[in-house]
Amino acid sequence: MPEVTLIKAVNDALATEMARDPSVCVLGEDVGREGGVFRATEGLFRRFGQERVIDTPLNEVGIVGMAIGMAMNGLRPVAEIEFSDFIYPAFDQIVSEMAKMRYRSAGQFTAAVVVRAPSGGGIKGGHYHSQSPEAYFIHTAGLVVVMPSTPSDAKGLLASAIRGEDPVIFLEPKALYRTVKEEVPQGEHLVPIGKGRIVRPGDDLTLITWGAMVPVAEKAAESATAEGASVEVIDPRTLWPLDIGMIEASVNRTGRAVILHEAPRTCGFGAEVAALIQERCFLHLKSPVGRVTGFDTPFPYALEKSYLPDPERTLRAVRAALEF
Amino acid sequence: MTDAEILSVLRPDGTVDPSLDPGLPDPELLSLYRHMALLRAIDEKAVALQRSGRIGFFVPSTGQEACSIGAGHAVREGDWIFPAYRDHGVGLMRGYPLAALVGQILGNTADATRGRQMPNHWCDRSIHLVSVSSPVATQLPHAVGAAYAAKVRGERIAVLATFGDGGTSTGDFHAAMNFTGVFRLPVVFFCENNRYAISHRVEDQTATRTLAEKAPAYGLPGVRVDGNDVLAVRKVVGDAMGRARAGEGGTLIEALTYRLGPHSTSDDPTVYRSEEEVAAWRGKDPIRRFAAFLMGRGLLEDPAAEEAGAKEIVRRAVEAAEDAPPVPLSSMFEDVYAEIPWHLAEQRDSLLSGKG
Ligand SMILES: Cc1ncc(C[n+]2csc(CCOP(=O)(O)OP(=O)(O)O)c2C)c(N)n1
Ligand SMILES: [Mg+2]
Repeated sequence: MPEVTLIKAVNDALATEMARDPSVCVLGEDVGREGGVFRATEGLFRRFGQERVIDTPLNEVGIVGMAIGMAMNGLRPVAEIEFSDFIYPAFDQIVSEMAKMRYRSAGQFTAAVVVRAPSGGGIKGGHYHSQSPEAYFIHTAGLVVVMPSTPSDAKGLLASAIRGEDPVIFLEPKALYRTVKEEVPQGEHLVPIGKGRIVRPGDDLTLITWGAMVPVAEKAAESATAEGASVEVIDPRTLWPLDIGMIEASVNRTGRAVILHEAPRTCGFGAEVAALIQERCFLHLKSPVGRVTGFDTPFPYALEKSYLPDPERTLRAVRAALEF
Repeated sequence: MTDAEILSVLRPDGTVDPSLDPGLPDPELLSLYRHMALLRAIDEKAVALQRSGRIGFFVPSTGQEACSIGAGHAVREGDWIFPAYRDHGVGLMRGYPLAALVGQILGNTADATRGRQMPNHWCDRSIHLVSVSSPVATQLPHAVGAAYAAKVRGERIAVLATFGDGGTSTGDFHAAMNFTGVFRLPVVFFCENNRYAISHRVEDQTATRTLAEKAPAYGLPGVRVDGNDVLAVRKVVGDAMGRARAGEGGTLIEALTYRLGPHSTSDDPTVYRSEEEVAAWRGKDPIRRFAAFLMGRGLLEDPAAEEAGAKEIVRRAVEAAEDAPPVPLSSMFEDVYAEIPWHLAEQRDSLLSGKG
């Protein structure tokens, strides 16, 4: 198996699924001739033609709205939003239309669209190229929200999202696009939606994280090992519906949980995960559930490094839980 | 015809302009009339149901029957309909059953969509009548996507999207018109300019003199039609749908009409418009106007009897559906996703157990 980057794995998933199913189309700004500003759709235009690899005008309402109509009429559209920071113009289409089509029509119409969007910080992109909007979509009934952190998961989850019957917000941690590399199965490769991954097993504390924070968590866990503590790192991969079984089993065993994400703290997904843990693992808990998050400020440009959680901040929260 | 001209077929004296007559056979003409009368009878009954507290809300289309019935008649098998909330006539004309429409209004088990939405939010997959949502004009980009999919698959169909004058101010209208022009898609944008968006006058909705003239900015033709003239609407929409099916792209149609009733059962129109204005438009009632034509042709004898018949049909439909059982509690959790995920199963079980 060849070693590939996360962005290449996304590209591979799109190409593989498009070759397998002629109803799969991609659409968005610069996705065709250019191959996407991050090159996620590179080569697809030449291979599958302009009818299936659609360079759209610059309008996110149009992109998502059109994708909804395409899905209603039998296609499997994968819409790209150039950066998740620009998804907000399409918020109404996503929340009121795409997410609700099945429910409001009692299953007569569905909008199984995949909306891909690079998200998160770490590229010196400032407020408008760095946000992590997952909580908005997790809060929305009817959406599946996915965020992979490895090339293999990116490929397998994207393929599952495309084949699935529900609308999916597929957030790609752009900081990891070219910084992680691993062997990825060639050809068809599926990772199930709704199943988490134990990144690293451990016994004393469960560290739950996703996206670009997974490598940060791994580093923190390594440092904890040096201090004599064994930390289990869980990446849910599908943020919603969450693999609560995996988290529950882990926390019931370790008795301690810390949640790590780069999105702002208040009403961040960490808050929901913390609530679920205390509802389900209360009698096993030896310490309060901890959170390490971005701050409740706009995403700062110059102070990005201090805004984003790093291994040191994570380790402090891990120590606090262990020493409680 | 220039863009500013308003196409009319029915003359004030009840005759037609032969050069513009769409030439429908007599039974079709009668069917247009009967559907318009049915539509008005539905409005009357639904408003009465709301007033007596049996339904929560209703959006009548009284005064605009020629628009939705004329447009609906131009829709063919295989075409798609992306309607606004006021256009039950389009679906009705295409074969959406009265029983289904009434069931939807009542929101009980007679509703194929399981009481999921307030009245006026119908859908029917079998005739490509797409689920109505409340946010204005959000259906327009969907029409674009459905048309695109049809094009990819080589289907020669047209897509009809309906909306109001207020809808032309939305970003969704702009996005959909632009995409339709760029991709040369078979979408017919049917705008019912009833002069108001709730209280907001069309003159304050746009600084352009007409709504149709927005079309050229998107590379589409824009036409204006007398929206109280069912034959004119039928002709203009039919022509536009025909061009769309032939691969000649989309059209924006501005139908000039007037809503004679309130915006919805929650609205008091006396606050924002005069009785004289309403009276003037009542004189242009599309049903009476068409009835005069049919009587002149010897196709209709007793409009009052027809209207009474329509009321009776609606009364019976409501009677048949009214006592259907309420939707079961557990249905609240279905159709959110293709399969019920754990968190919804838990919430459902907790509600059903009485412990939630
Ligand atoms: C996006 C959005 N904003 C506001 C509303 C509230 N609202 C409902 S109908 C309406 C007026 C719509 O007017 P128009 O498009 O002319 O259609 P009409 O009701 O006259 O048929 C408004 C403001 C809404 N439903 N959607
Ligand atoms: Mg209006």
